Amino acid sequence: MDRGKWFILITGLIIGAIAVVLVKLGNPPNMGFCIACFERDIAGALGLHRAGVVQYMRPEIIGIVLGALLTSLFAGEFRSRGGSATLVRFIMGMFMMIGALVFLGCPLRDVLRMAGGDYNAVVGLLGFICGVGGGVWFLRRGFNLGRAEESHSKLGGYVLPVIVAILLFILLKGTIFNPEAGGPLFFSKEGPGSMTAPILISLAAGLLVGFLAQRTRLCLSGGIRDFILMRDNYLLIGFIGIFLGALVLNIAFGFFKTGFSGQPIAHSMHIWNFLGLFLVGLTATLLGGCPLRQLILSGEGDTDAAAVVLGMIIGAAVCHNFMLAASAAKAAAPGVAAVAGGPGIYGQIACVAGIVVMAIIGWSFREE
Amino acid sequence: MEKVDVRGLSCPLPVIKTKKAMDQGASEILVVGSTAVSLENISRLAQTRAYQVNIKKADKNDWEIELVK
Repeated sequence: MDRGKWFILITGLIIGAIAVVLVKLGNPPNMGFCIACFERDIAGALGLHRAGVVQYMRPEIIGIVLGALLTSLFAGEFRSRGGSATLVRFIMGMFMMIGALVFLGCPLRDVLRMAGGDYNAVVGLLGFICGVGGGVWFLRRGFNLGRAEESHSKLGGYVLPVIVAILLFILLKGTIFNPEAGGPLFFSKEGPGSMTAPILISLAAGLLVGFLAQRTRLCLSGGIRDFILMRDNYLLIGFIGIFLGALVLNIAFGFFKTGFSGQPIAHSMHIWNFLGLFLVGLTATLLGGCPLRQLILSGEGDTDAAAVVLGMIIGAAVCHNFMLAASAAKAAAPGVAAVAGGPGIYGQIACVAGIVVMAIIGWSFREE
Repeated sequence: MEKVDVRGLSCPLPVIKTKKAMDQGASEILVVGSTAVSLENISRLAQTRAYQVNIKKADKNDWEIELVK
């Protein structure tokens, strides 16, 4: 193995390990890092949806964007660029979030869930692989969202990093505009949104992951895509590293528990676990990167990727406002009935609609 | 010499377009691109396909390479 492959393997191991440490320090189980879940929490913190259990301004996301920004500035890779079907990418970001919330996690959380022994995540992985395969099918037929242009001004590239920096400032300062109703930020009092590692540790973890992922170009959909497309295993090694890093620490901390049922923040509707991540894999492949990679690109000045990130945040608000997100399975407790979990009918329709929309985009954007 | 312009394209199109030129049997390909990532990916592809990489312009945000077999 050459140096680059060792570096991405070590990067994966570190990210997997950090994720489990964050769970140990208070983040939700098997959710040390989940790009989709945390962007959804941010949508809630901003009051864009009213699901009281998933509202928090996650410092990990802020850290990833700022970490990628600083790293790309030092590496001379920061370039303000955009203009490659930006609105279409925004919509694709919304659907990528719908897929993720039907499954209950982005590809990164899928790996972390597998490393926690959650078999539902294996079903999700199969869907993800098939979705990426579907994306490759369109790529081989000339799919192209068009060229991005470098801007004569660097300002555009700084917009998303500045927004997250302002959100970080508001989080740290703890300002409350309206003492009665709360805000500008809303915080869960119970549920996953209330489970948080200490702010500065989460931020530091985000910065480190932003640095590592920017340098190695780590991308979960890219790992499977490159292997299907040309048997290149570079990114896939990072994928495997995350799994191993998280697996070892999950076993060490006693978090590892195999099975379909009793898994934290998960459901066992196999077809929707499959189709949810199928939609994410397909969309990510057409976009050129998974939710994590979109955050990194946003930090590097890619405004098209920033549009995807904003689309995902709005998509999360849509999911919770319109009952599209799946609910987690819960065992019966005294006085509380068991919840089977999974997406409701509207979430199922939205997920299938998303796959159809991606197929239409995939077919329509072919180059001749 | 075949010319492939991959400037501004998102992943993995730079690699796909270069690979297409290789598959068509081009033994000399000039590739121009605008991101460090695409340069790394195309260099890796060239290595596996036994093409020699000659760097004509080394600016990582505006590069030109010649692939020769």
